[in-house]
Amino acid sequence: MLAHLKEQLSAGSAEDYLQSLFEKIKKSKLNAFTTLAEESALAKAREFDKKPWGGLLAGIPVAIKECISTKGIETNCSSRIMRGYVPPYDAHVVERLKSEGAIIMGKTNMDEFAMGTSTETSAFGPTKNPWDRSCVPGGSSGGSAACVAAAEAPCSLGSDTGGSVRCPASFCGAVGLKPTYGLVSRFGLVAYANSLEQIGPLTSTVEDTALLMEVIAGHDWRDSTSAEKGSYLPGLEDGIKGLRIGIPKEYFGEGVNKEVEKAVWDAILKLEDLGATRREVSLPHTKYALAAYYVIAMSEASSNLARFDGLRYGPRSGEDKDWHTTYSEIRSQGFGPEVKRRILLGTYALSAGYYGRYYLKALKVRTLIKEDFLKAFKDVDLLASPTMPIPAFKIGERINDPLSLYMADVFTVPINLAGVPAVSIPCGFAGRLPIGLQLMGPHFGEAAVLRAAQAFEAATPFHKARPEVV
Amino acid sequence: MITREDVEHISWLASIKITDEEKDEFVGQFNSILEYFHQLDEVETEGIEPTYRVVDLANIFRDDTTSKSLSQEEALKNAPRRENGYFKSPRIV
Repeated sequence: MLAHLKEQLSAGSAEDYLQSLFEKIKKSKLNAFTTLAEESALAKAREFDKKPWGGLLAGIPVAIKECISTKGIETNCSSRIMRGYVPPYDAHVVERLKSEGAIIMGKTNMDEFAMGTSTETSAFGPTKNPWDRSCVPGGSSGGSAACVAAAEAPCSLGSDTGGSVRCPASFCGAVGLKPTYGLVSRFGLVAYANSLEQIGPLTSTVEDTALLMEVIAGHDWRDSTSAEKGSYLPGLEDGIKGLRIGIPKEYFGEGVNKEVEKAVWDAILKLEDLGATRREVSLPHTKYALAAYYVIAMSEASSNLARFDGLRYGPRSGEDKDWHTTYSEIRSQGFGPEVKRRILLGTYALSAGYYGRYYLKALKVRTLIKEDFLKAFKDVDLLASPTMPIPAFKIGERINDPLSLYMADVFTVPINLAGVPAVSIPCGFAGRLPIGLQLMGPHFGEAAVLRAAQAFEAATPFHKARPEVV
Repeated sequence: MITREDVEHISWLASIKITDEEKDEFVGQFNSILEYFHQLDEVETEGIEPTYRVVDLANIFRDDTTSKSLSQEEALKNAPRRENGYFKSPRIV
């Protein structure tokens, strides 16, 4: 789709196309965008129309999640504590997009500081699911998924700490990839849980995700955990004959919605038809992944979010009192309830006397979960499962019960703990709500993951379905 | 069991002032979340090393060279209070 759009834009008008997107967004009831970079984007598009440049994404508008720094465009993580912050520099991924000719069109709504599964914790109010506006779009990259599904943007970037790209991809019927930890530089991504998170693309097709990975992956000296990129577009359509797919038995059964389970099984049988082989595997520590994930994520959050002091950016009002009181009041007003919960619980988990019981214990369980995956990938090339155990739920349904919201992440968080890559692709519907198939690969196995996703997409109609959006 | 006093202490440690209503709400929520976390106790982790990071990279070096950085003006641009080219903080002592 992006390859075709690129041709159209070079032959036609990038300005007209962008203008049509902005008009659509302004009329939209989805609340997918927080900031539109109309002036800078339209100026760039006019420049392009006058003298088109080259590049893998020449002239293509891209929407960027609120937590990814964009020079000159407000970046506030959908939080009051960062309101008004305009970064003086671009994130590495944004530099890469621009150097391949893309145009940054605006910022998308998210759960505050990426802490959520529904985009309901945003200080800007929830984003709505384009397939049913009474439902959540998933989270935390809900805006990035909803805008792509509703064709308000041709593609976007999100970030995935425990499923935040894959969950909204699943709920909105988009393609979303969480790359191997280290494959995409985190320079300029506002940190929430830095040992878990990766930036990833959200698109309408697998080919577009592969294309965006060609652009954003690769080493950056400013992120010392970043690795060299692989190759994603060449061989994408080589098919999956002989590919060994493992079905982790812990990812099916109790707690999985019946329609979701059926759609995912149909997808697995389809992959078999296409030449893959299938066998059951076990990831025995799956049951403990959620607890380990939340202990680690909250602990890292309490440390990472200590930097928000209201001194260097963000709102600060009233008379200054002593340092601790001023700091505590700024943070009290600036953070929403879920962010407070996670910082406080993380502070508790790291505090004297509890470090060993919670944080260290969770890190050891993380080792066992990672080893489950390494062991499984000795016998199979990929793993297949539902992305989410349920289709999108109603706005307001779970937000007052944090634990029930956390439970929805049961199949996405193990991947972040292990650091392996996983994609969610559309594989069916429950009523009119999309269902996502999750394909997981070994570290740096993105090429095989995307090749299988491409084979499935080419043989099925689900990615072509579009919501009727007003 | 986590108590109301514990929640007050943690909020002091985390430098986040919380209201009485928040304290009441958090006590209940934190206890149910921590109870859920306690299932980690079931896992035998004797002799298992913790995983701090999944990619085994250590001692990443770069050349010690100077390069362009943000100007003072750019660095201060977002600060709500500043004075003489500095960020202005509340009194510390």
